[in-house]
Amino acid sequence: MKKSISTVLKENTMLIVLVIVYLFFTITTKGTMFQPLQFNALITQNAYVYILASGMLMCMLTGGNIDLSCGSFVCLLGAIGGYFMVVRGMSVPVSVGLMLLVGIIYGGVLGYLIAYVNIPPWIATLAGYLAFRGLGTAVLSGNSKTGSIAPFPQEFLKLFSGKLFSTKLNVLNMPCMIVGLVAAFLVVLVIFGTRASRLKKGYEADSFKAAAIKSGLMAAVILLFAYKLGMAGGIPTVLVWVAVVVLIYSFITSKTTIGRHFYVVGGNKEAAYLSGVNTRKIMFLAYMNMAILTVVTTWTVIARFQAANSTAGTNYEMDAISACVVGGVSAYGGAGSVTGMVIGATLIGVINLGMSLMNIDANYQKVVKGVVLLGAVAFDILSKKRAK
Amino acid sequence: MGKILLEMKNITKTFPGVKALDNVNLQVEEGEIHALVGENGAGKSTLMNVLSGIYPYGSYEGDIVYDGEVCKFGNIKDSEGKGIVIIHQELALVPEMSIGENMYLGNERGFKAKIDWNTTYMEADKYLKMVGLTESSKVLVKEIGTGKQQLVEIAKALAKKAKLLILDEPTSSLNEEDSKALLDLMLGFKKQGMTMIIITHKLNEVAYVSDKITVIRDGSTIETIDCHGPEKISEDRIIKGMVGREITNRFPRREGVEIGEINMEVSNWTVHHPLYPERIVVNDVSLNVRKGEVVGIYGLMGAGRTELAMSIFGQSYGILTGGILKIDGKEVHLKKSPTDAIKHKIAYVTEDRKGNGLILSQSIKVNTSLANLNSISTATVIDKDKEYAVAMEYKNKLNTKTPSVEQLVGNLSGGNQQKVLLAKWMFAEPDILILDEPTRGIDVGAKYEIYCIINDLAKAGKSVIMISSELPEVLAMSDRIYIMNASRIVGEMKASEATQENIMAMILKSGRGA
Repeated sequence: MKKSISTVLKENTMLIVLVIVYLFFTITTKGTMFQPLQFNALITQNAYVYILASGMLMCMLTGGNIDLSCGSFVCLLGAIGGYFMVVRGMSVPVSVGLMLLVGIIYGGVLGYLIAYVNIPPWIATLAGYLAFRGLGTAVLSGNSKTGSIAPFPQEFLKLFSGKLFSTKLNVLNMPCMIVGLVAAFLVVLVIFGTRASRLKKGYEADSFKAAAIKSGLMAAVILLFAYKLGMAGGIPTVLVWVAVVVLIYSFITSKTTIGRHFYVVGGNKEAAYLSGVNTRKIMFLAYMNMAILTVVTTWTVIARFQAANSTAGTNYEMDAISACVVGGVSAYGGAGSVTGMVIGATLIGVINLGMSLMNIDANYQKVVKGVVLLGAVAFDILSKKRAK
Repeated sequence: MGKILLEMKNITKTFPGVKALDNVNLQVEEGEIHALVGENGAGKSTLMNVLSGIYPYGSYEGDIVYDGEVCKFGNIKDSEGKGIVIIHQELALVPEMSIGENMYLGNERGFKAKIDWNTTYMEADKYLKMVGLTESSKVLVKEIGTGKQQLVEIAKALAKKAKLLILDEPTSSLNEEDSKALLDLMLGFKKQGMTMIIITHKLNEVAYVSDKITVIRDGSTIETIDCHGPEKISEDRIIKGMVGREITNRFPRREGVEIGEINMEVSNWTVHHPLYPERIVVNDVSLNVRKGEVVGIYGLMGAGRTELAMSIFGQSYGILTGGILKIDGKEVHLKKSPTDAIKHKIAYVTEDRKGNGLILSQSIKVNTSLANLNSISTATVIDKDKEYAVAMEYKNKLNTKTPSVEQLVGNLSGGNQQKVLLAKWMFAEPDILILDEPTRGIDVGAKYEIYCIINDLAKAGKSVIMISSELPEVLAMSDRIYIMNASRIVGEMKASEATQENIMAMILKSGRGA
């Protein structure tokens, strides 16, 4: 069986929009957008969105539930990390471990309140949204005159920011290129491997041409990124964290029983319960998981800014929700994918970066982002309706 | 021959790829009750949606002539303006609002933006009286039962000055007493000159109220039968038209099944209401089921049947205050979770397949594997090939009509959804299956197939408990029958000794309820 070109286009509308928007900014910025440094910026500036949105996706799958507290929690965790590492001078592994512990405790309490006490998620997390920023700011101003804690130890910064095998600008970084080649090769291998095994079992599979085009395009994008990042000095360390998180959640959501349970709880909680799914456990896990990913996000964020301050994490919760929604995650739960979320996050990132490069007034940038969010979702719903 | 109020001429409606209606003709005389019958998916609802303007003029071919003029309805408001009002199968009332508010929803009384509540409630009370309700229109809808809610829907339709009332499966969620009252109300309206179209699966109701019957099959009108003609209308006669063949026996025989040991036994089972613990919902119930046996539980709606079944199934309903559950002769204490019940090889197939049975937004495949996902997974990773194979196996075994197991369950007809629900529980490999109203709201052909599946389950040595409020079904399918009324088991008899009369007598004798 073959898919027609129009169905392929319909299934990938957001990807096409992403390409068009990217080309638009490349033209309007006279090619600046296409320079190596901007590829680097796209990743380092948006790393937090990919990580947080992976957690938000899990929450949203359970029935359109969200976590409003994660942005403020980043602020509090940053302050705690700064207090341990900078003020008390504790070792990096211990401090990082303590931050994780705080995250797990909050995740446990929040998960318990939502899953077992039945407090609506947005109310339970609204409390954290208000409290954590206050608490974080209090810790910061109590330990520093400027209200921001710095400098963090090099050992910590190296772990979450900077570049792997760093080289000078505009000199091709070989390790980066090799990783790119391996990744591109693996992608081609996976696509053709899946196709071969599907054909062997007699299932519907892409035609050879479609598989070739698909793997060719993906390999080209990966190699382009590898080349550009190589010219910009190497692989950003944070990209490794993002890639690991994205791959793990992609695997969980698409291949595991626990991932399936998130989808069915969001699809019909009552039916899932009566089919033997522990719905409370799933709700608990969603928020426990969110808190842990917020800790990971905090590590990358304070390492990038090399300081913990009271504005860290402002509106991060909204960025994560936007990335999910633009990426086709259902606001009612039960539908959505990590791939979609990644495309959504990248689209928003490209728009942010492009507008900054065009020197658009920050106030109007917000307007554009709002319009794009609404437009993207409306476009998605309308195109799906027509497809039916 | 009276005046023709409505004539639908050569209606053809196509959806991409499917011809849902093909040259359908329907003539309704003024002042008659016209029944529309046909299997699920035959096109009855599509036809009514064309009539009410849900599918606007221009999206179909053919003419609607109403009261002598050709109508071109663009939306529901247009058709309601002419007095054509549909009451949909699924009740469309807002539970948290009062009866009066519901009746004038979207049709508010008053002047411009200001609602005149006095007029609203006064008029609402007037219409409520017409449908025989004594409740005040200020009572919240959630506080009255389903039967009365259906009557509120009718009062709501009357308030819209309906001249042609269309009732889509009005009795599907009512018990027999409420159904009878509703049908009598329809006959009362008929005397006052109201014209009605009723869509129903219950053929005894058709025979009871209708003047004419139009049979639709596969998107075409097959025939219109005049009930006052010389030929006597039998249910078999109608079924023949619906399925295009004569079904000589609506219930397949189960032969050569050996009934074995007692598999599950419940004694002195008592359950209280989850929100009002002082209310006893299941009172001191004892029953048992043997291997290879089909046990029917007959009772009217509200007798406590579903509550009994769900509380056995891992206490998924109510507060259990007493009782012993024995499986295979051994006493077991199930934890308060369906997971534990599934582990003990019990399955509960819900009566409410859309509400708490299926995940409509997911595929047949996902729904089929849900209750036994671990069996096709290694270290929590799902084997998608096995999952697909399982879904295909059950699709073929149960004869589920679908192009692919990747199809979303929400797109299937009621009968096919029921098969997916059964597939899910058969795949969970239970020894004891509790089927709650397994044939509710599905057509004659699909019912027959479900009965065959039940027989196969019994043949495979499973214990089947079938809860049903359709007496003929209980009588024909069960080996043994328990009769439940007002939260108690009031009788038990062998199917060979049971008749409609002695079962009803037992319920009446038990005094309460009914």
